[in-house]
Amino acid sequence: MKFYSPVITNASEAAANQKLHLFRYVEDPDQYRVDTYEAHGGYRAWKKTLTAMKPDEVIEEVKKSGLRGRGGAGFPTGMKWGFVPKSSPKPRYLCCNADESEPGTCKDRVLMERDPHGVIEGMAIAAYAIGCHIMFCYIRGEFNHCIERMEAAVQEAYKRGHLGRNIHGSGYDLDMVVHSGGGAYICGEETALLNSLEGERGMSRIRPPFPAVEGLYACPTIVNNVESLAAVPHIIANGADWYRSLGTEKSAGTKLFSLSGHVNRPGNYEVELGFSLKKLIYDPAYGNGILGGKRLKGVIPGGASTPFLTEDMIDVALDYEALTGAGSMLGSGAVIVFHEETCVVWVILKLIHFFRHESCGKCTPCREGTGWLEQIIERIEAGQGQPGDIEKIEDVCGNILGRTICPLGDAAVMPIQSAVKHWREEWQYHIEHKKCLVKTEFPFG
Amino acid sequence: MILNEESIRRIKEKAAKYPRRKSAILPAITVAYRQVGHLNDDIYREISRIINIPYVEIAEAATFYTLFPKKPVGKYLIQVCHNISCALMGADSLVTYLEEKLSVRKGETTDDGLFTLISVECLGSCSTAPMMQINQDYYENLTRERVDQIIDDLKAKA
Repeated sequence: MKFYSPVITNASEAAANQKLHLFRYVEDPDQYRVDTYEAHGGYRAWKKTLTAMKPDEVIEEVKKSGLRGRGGAGFPTGMKWGFVPKSSPKPRYLCCNADESEPGTCKDRVLMERDPHGVIEGMAIAAYAIGCHIMFCYIRGEFNHCIERMEAAVQEAYKRGHLGRNIHGSGYDLDMVVHSGGGAYICGEETALLNSLEGERGMSRIRPPFPAVEGLYACPTIVNNVESLAAVPHIIANGADWYRSLGTEKSAGTKLFSLSGHVNRPGNYEVELGFSLKKLIYDPAYGNGILGGKRLKGVIPGGASTPFLTEDMIDVALDYEALTGAGSMLGSGAVIVFHEETCVVWVILKLIHFFRHESCGKCTPCREGTGWLEQIIERIEAGQGQPGDIEKIEDVCGNILGRTICPLGDAAVMPIQSAVKHWREEWQYHIEHKKCLVKTEFPFG
Repeated sequence: MILNEESIRRIKEKAAKYPRRKSAILPAITVAYRQVGHLNDDIYREISRIINIPYVEIAEAATFYTLFPKKPVGKYLIQVCHNISCALMGADSLVTYLEEKLSVRKGETTDDGLFTLISVECLGSCSTAPMMQINQDYYENLTRERVDQIIDDLKAKA
């Protein structure tokens, strides 16, 4: 097949460093084939699970490992699995959330393209843990190459007996369906994903009930991110204590970071949680500094929905606690960097345009509020800002935050609030002088 | 009939995999879109008959999803990502460059019906920006030379 993506990874570092595991084989062009995957130790964890572990033991092991959701929310994965009611007579479902669409995030794509069996094996172990017999992988529809890779890998897995009836003589049955989405960011939100998978419009549901109790077809359902699931076989193979020993005490394991924007070496990098953000941006092995030797102005550390960090804040560890302490979030691990010649109003206009476009329209504050914000910010950027616009932005933000049933409303607001807080004078300058404080011209090529 | 036998076969094959029939809507419209290049009411009606789901439910779902154009587009649909990571790497000038090169404005189709140019939200190619998707394929790390080459190749193929 002609793909994969030309993205830079740190696979060679991962091959030499036993702690890194997700990216160890992603530069091997044959890793997507089941033969190569098995030769690299693949599907051993799945066999071990089936032959030597009870579902509860799998859940306990993942709980003990400290693995937290890599899609953005950071919820403990094992605990989530534990919420599936044991007594329910209904079928249970597992959905792998591969709707990767948080601006800045392009990591799950690499795993699916280059190591699809790693995702399937993780899903299979998770399915076994919750007693599921049909699992779904919801991939964003634009990722045609990932869909093809995953579908081919699923076929191979059936042929090898890793999926299907009576898997490896265990008596356990498991089917897998690759589902292609329709280009909606909101479907990365788990309840919208489930509606979409049911054939409905991809709009969020009110919780409770949580999907673990009533999810797909009103049955107990677990939705996990690709990267979270891809870590599971390594936890089962090497043990929870090994995984726990990686990263920091509260943020265990490794994380994939998608580095983009004004850096010399954008790419996808696997590092232990707790890694230095500054190092990720400046070290020659990773970002290798700012384009053109310019000065860094701001960083969005966890995808377009997380608050900004300014230049003086980047000496921070990339883990859940440290970034929360710095007033932002780890999110999906999408680190977007921009330099001094970037107008912050322009940046925010790009973001709010996105959130307005992607709001599903169910909750009024988000549906109307994102539209109002876009209009106000658009006029400021166009040199038609009015006195009081900053206060108006803050007011609208305050009336969206916490008032919607899914996190999209909060996601739209948090970067705006932080941009106004960090660069208020620049917003004022823009309104008063009817133009950008700094030039914002980015040629391509 | 708009949908050909192959599409109908694929829709039925996909529909059989789901515990509930309604889940087949998105896979079915995806198959239809791949064959036709866009969606419309007549297609929803055909799908409705194939998977035995009321037309209104097909239309209800399909109109939510922006991946599928609802009007005919050129042979090659060029979608330039205009979101933040790509914008920082020159997505806006990429769009302008393509507008000039193809003599169309964003949203329009070239007179020969070959190219439709639009810009879209994040396509998940942020570390290889700027980028564009043409039909099902991604083109990443774009430069002027690469864009010229890609467009010339597609013209030659057409």
